[in-house]
Amino acid sequence: MATQTVDGPKRGSFLSDQRTRAILFQGLAFFLVVVFFVYIGTNTARNLEALGISTGFDFLNAPAGYDVAMSLIPYTATDTHGRVFFVGLLNTLSVAATGIFAATILGVILGVLRLSKNWLVSKLVYCYVEVVRNIPLLLQILFWYAVLITLPHPKKSIIFLNDSIFLNKRGLYMPEPLTGDGFGLILIALLVALIIVPIMSRMAKKRQEATGQIFPVFLTSVGLIIGLPLLAAIVTGFPVTFEYPELKGFNFKGGMVLRPEFVALWFALTVYTAAFIAEIVRAGIQAVSHGQSEAAFSLGLKPSWTTRMIILPQALRVIVPPLTSQYLNLTKNSSLAIAIGYPDLVATFGGTSLNQTGQAIEVIMITMLVYLSISLLISMMMNYYNKRIALVER
Amino acid sequence: MKLGKFLFAAAAVTALSTGASAGTLDDIKAKGFVQCGVTTGLAGFAAPNDQGQWAGFDVDFCRAMAAAIFGDAAKVKYTPTTSKERFTALQSGEIDVLARNTTWTFSRDVNLGFEFVGVNYYDGQGFMVRKSLGVTSAKELDGASVCIQTGTTTELNLADYFRSNGMSYESVVIETSAEGRGVYEEERCDVYTTDASGLAAQRSTMADPSEHILLPEIISKEPLGPLVRHGDNQWGDIARWTLNAMIVAEELGVTAGNAADMASTSKNPEVLRLLGAEGDMGAQLGLSADWAKNIVMQVGNYGESYERNLGTTTPLALERGLNALWTDGGILYAPPMR
Repeated sequence: MATQTVDGPKRGSFLSDQRTRAILFQGLAFFLVVVFFVYIGTNTARNLEALGISTGFDFLNAPAGYDVAMSLIPYTATDTHGRVFFVGLLNTLSVAATGIFAATILGVILGVLRLSKNWLVSKLVYCYVEVVRNIPLLLQILFWYAVLITLPHPKKSIIFLNDSIFLNKRGLYMPEPLTGDGFGLILIALLVALIIVPIMSRMAKKRQEATGQIFPVFLTSVGLIIGLPLLAAIVTGFPVTFEYPELKGFNFKGGMVLRPEFVALWFALTVYTAAFIAEIVRAGIQAVSHGQSEAAFSLGLKPSWTTRMIILPQALRVIVPPLTSQYLNLTKNSSLAIAIGYPDLVATFGGTSLNQTGQAIEVIMITMLVYLSISLLISMMMNYYNKRIALVER
Repeated sequence: MKLGKFLFAAAAVTALSTGASAGTLDDIKAKGFVQCGVTTGLAGFAAPNDQGQWAGFDVDFCRAMAAAIFGDAAKVKYTPTTSKERFTALQSGEIDVLARNTTWTFSRDVNLGFEFVGVNYYDGQGFMVRKSLGVTSAKELDGASVCIQTGTTTELNLADYFRSNGMSYESVVIETSAEGRGVYEEERCDVYTTDASGLAAQRSTMADPSEHILLPEIISKEPLGPLVRHGDNQWGDIARWTLNAMIVAEELGVTAGNAADMASTSKNPEVLRLLGAEGDMGAQLGLSADWAKNIVMQVGNYGESYERNLGTTTPLALERGLNALWTDGGILYAPPMR
């Protein structure tokens, strides 16, 4: 409701007073909103009762009775619909997280290449962006799935690395690492490395500020993170054995498998979102005035330093907010999984469970709340990051 | 202006959400057609034919209802539904009746608020595999990839069957039967499972039907039938007796060809009651006296509909089996019309 400032003396009338009127109208609007929702709620409840449809959340404790093809937590058909919810949620999160990770890397690379002085490279990326972002995502998912299931039959799998990795239309079968005694030590070594790295980088920065000497933080970090666990592994005698997949009957058994449903969805989401991210990154870099890099060069900074310390921090300011909405889009788009039968939250809990229990309102409400929570969480983290990298104006 | 928009929205919601049950027949007469939920396309049961018109065994039930209500079997509009959408479509009133090879189960009848009006096809869940696999029994399917339609009783039966036989499988979940056929033909899965009649229908539309065999095991009872919402018994009665009239007509030997003659020449009081020459059964249902006569003349009796859509002369080539009349060794049995 627009507010106006009224000049001149107040008149005596109650309604003509700006403040009372504002409170009155806002109160009225709030009241109507409440009435509206109460009305919808009671009306729905009454109609559900009239139709004899059961309501409530008891179904979450009832056995689901169906199997889910892919689960990150142990699950059998005798588990409850509540457990199906977590199975579906984890599947959604795993495809969203891996998708965001890959789309960011691919998008940043493409965005930078798009600005390349090489005509061919920049035009190729331009074509990629225009083609990919102008074809509906659903079609792309169906396309990649169709491609993947034309791979050979399990009996004629494509074999890599001496009978250890098999690729066929049922998935990519890989050896699964099984941990033996002493594996804990490797984990501890990794943890120690992860603790040392930030401390070291802070000390290096202090030293550089104090003395001007530069310490190769990046290389040392990589060395620590790889070296320490490796050292631990050598000490404990490589306590990791591999379980190899083996063709038994219809399918491969044992090992790890990436199913075509997951790969098609993940790949399509990555490729599609990367096209948008590429444009965001390009725009972000171009938003930094050319004078900045000229100034950096004239100070004698190396081109790589110029990019890392002058251009990127300023570009990120422009990049991060729209990047956040791409992350949100990717997460929400993952619900297209249902088109190719990837068991995400919508396909399992919001699909089969809904259908078997018939409690559409409860199930859809929970599903919507989950997507809302995931999206808000991503926004929150990105906003926090954005605040940290924002330029502090002096 | 915001307030105005808001009030308008509220009014619209009110108009949409009131008037839940009762008076379905009046509503349908007023709008002039029956809105019938069918599959998205399953040969023999409900699929558009070469003229682009819906045809099939379940479609015949919809047409029979239109014939009973309007005396014109063509007054039907079809809503294709996936196995997942169908119940919400019926609950929300988007469709008036669901005839979509749907299994009658306790939870659907009680918990979902539906009323199954009878069984028009007695079925059971089976498995289809490629001949080249050399599989002869469902017990040999340990470790197989199984294509299955989501939101069906078959999904639950499958889990039960494999669990009780100590076998494992990988489920490949699909939305519609057309999609399932595609994925199965690409060999993403070794086995396709659904009701045996559905398997026959799917096989009939495959590139080479003779490459595929149905395994002998039937692992469940699947009584398929039409259903309506709870809350309007008159509408439920009309649907129930539309189905029964078709079965009774077959029992009495009334066919599309002889119904008009039998109405005047028959001496059998049951035939006369069925065809509206005697009694007021039509009026009791809120329909015209010749409601059942219209059904039989325009759609045919149960047997005629079966032979036309599913019988041995069709690509599906399904024997009557359990669906023969009780007098012929089947279990099809309609309550008496009196």
